[in-house]
Amino acid sequence: MITGYIEAIGSIFTRFAGSVGRFFLFFVSGVNQIFSTPVQTGKILDHIWFIGAKSVFVILLTGLFTGMVLGLQGYYTLVTFGSEAALGTAVSLTLIRELGPVLGAIMVTARAGSAMAAEIGVMRMSEQIDALFTMQIDPVRFVFTPRLLAAVLSFPLLTALFDMVGIFGGYLSGSLFLGINEAVYMDRVINSVKLIDIWGGFFKSLVFAVVVTTICCYRGYYSHVNRQGAYGAKAVSLATTSAVVQSCVCVLICDYVITSFLV
Amino acid sequence: MAAHFIQFQDIKKQFGALEVLKGVNLSITQGQVTVVIGKSGTGKSVLLKHIVGLIHQDSGQLLIQGEPLDRLSKEKLRRFKNKTSYMFQDNALFDFLTVFDNIALPLKETSKIADAVLQQKVHARMTQLGIDGIDHKYPSELSGGMRKRVALARALVTDPEVILFDEPTTGLDPIRKKDVHTMIKAYQKQFGFTAVIVSHDIPHIFDLAQHIALLDDGIIIFEGSQQDLLRSETPEVQAFIQGKTSMEHE
Repeated sequence: MITGYIEAIGSIFTRFAGSVGRFFLFFVSGVNQIFSTPVQTGKILDHIWFIGAKSVFVILLTGLFTGMVLGLQGYYTLVTFGSEAALGTAVSLTLIRELGPVLGAIMVTARAGSAMAAEIGVMRMSEQIDALFTMQIDPVRFVFTPRLLAAVLSFPLLTALFDMVGIFGGYLSGSLFLGINEAVYMDRVINSVKLIDIWGGFFKSLVFAVVVTTICCYRGYYSHVNRQGAYGAKAVSLATTSAVVQSCVCVLICDYVITSFLV
Repeated sequence: MAAHFIQFQDIKKQFGALEVLKGVNLSITQGQVTVVIGKSGTGKSVLLKHIVGLIHQDSGQLLIQGEPLDRLSKEKLRRFKNKTSYMFQDNALFDFLTVFDNIALPLKETSKIADAVLQQKVHARMTQLGIDGIDHKYPSELSGGMRKRVALARALVTDPEVILFDEPTTGLDPIRKKDVHTMIKAYQKQFGFTAVIVSHDIPHIFDLAQHIALLDDGIIIFEGSQQDLLRSETPEVQAFIQGKTSMEHE
């Protein structure tokens, strides 16, 4: 009985250690391939189009409404203290320091991260990754490295867009709908945001880009390795689900860790 | 006597509790067409995947020109892999790439090749295989037979010395099957590559086989020519051949 428990715990630990090792090897191998030639310019541009450009609409939409909600909530909270003039500060700092990078990353995970995991998962199931291997093409370089570079370039830009549109959303609900003086709102935005806040937000978005892309590509790449022993469509669906869930959770954990160093 | 190019020596492979290969011994001769036949699910594809390193044996040795594959120097291994092509059972074409890009991929990704030479090489293979004019189509827009040809074109575009075919005629109608067999036979004759074909498509596959091995229950129970196979009195060999033949007569 006790031996059985020890074996079960040992097996869980071995599996976990194996997964962590495989994950880091995958990541290091992908990063290492950034420096190999020829540079995969075409593929990187394709993925910038998919991860970055095609996410603009969803970022605009979520940014706008997040800013509007912040303006609305912030106004009714601040007005009780007679400090509604500080709405610009509250909206801009909340967006630039936290919500821009975090919500932006979560939205891109939902839109592009899930697609990455599913696409690579299908490649695994239909032996396309094995085909790359037999053609002497490094599969990690082929499927992961261009996506990683594209995400590292796209995430900060999407975050910047999210921040800008969010601040505009706060202006819409705070100034246009609730009557805070426009000049006061914009003056508070301009004067409260320091360069360090913007750098902090961009740093977070870079870390999130690496985290989200690595998890999503890894999940797809190893979609055939799962505890349920699933294969085919079921394995791809499991890989996609776990890619999205794990990416979102890791984004929030990383956000806390980075913030604790930045404040 | 032709040299043994690839040799399996007591290869064993197990997946979990399932013992797939129980000690395979097989020799593949350079420049010949070797056909590995056997019932479905007996580990024929597993056997083939050992050669390209997609699967590693639990025990036993795989020799390439007399040297163990896992002890080949990096350079020798790279050279062996460069001259080996693999044609997958379900073609493994990249569905997000056009036909041209699929065929060009191994050349584009592994060598610094001028665009004009690339175009010429890819189009030459496409012409040889009768798939001209479909450069911009995607695999999903093609019939099963056409996809097989594209996969074969991709396998041939690097001028390999060894081509491994994993059930190349699965899912094709009898006419297309014959086409693929004829195509492989013709190109093997033309280019002289070593071919290993995994199939259970008998007797049609015998048309191109120069050497036949029968895999049954994880071991090779027969190795020899077509005449030897038909003359064999081993009950398992007879059962396999007759079983297949009777099915075809139905």
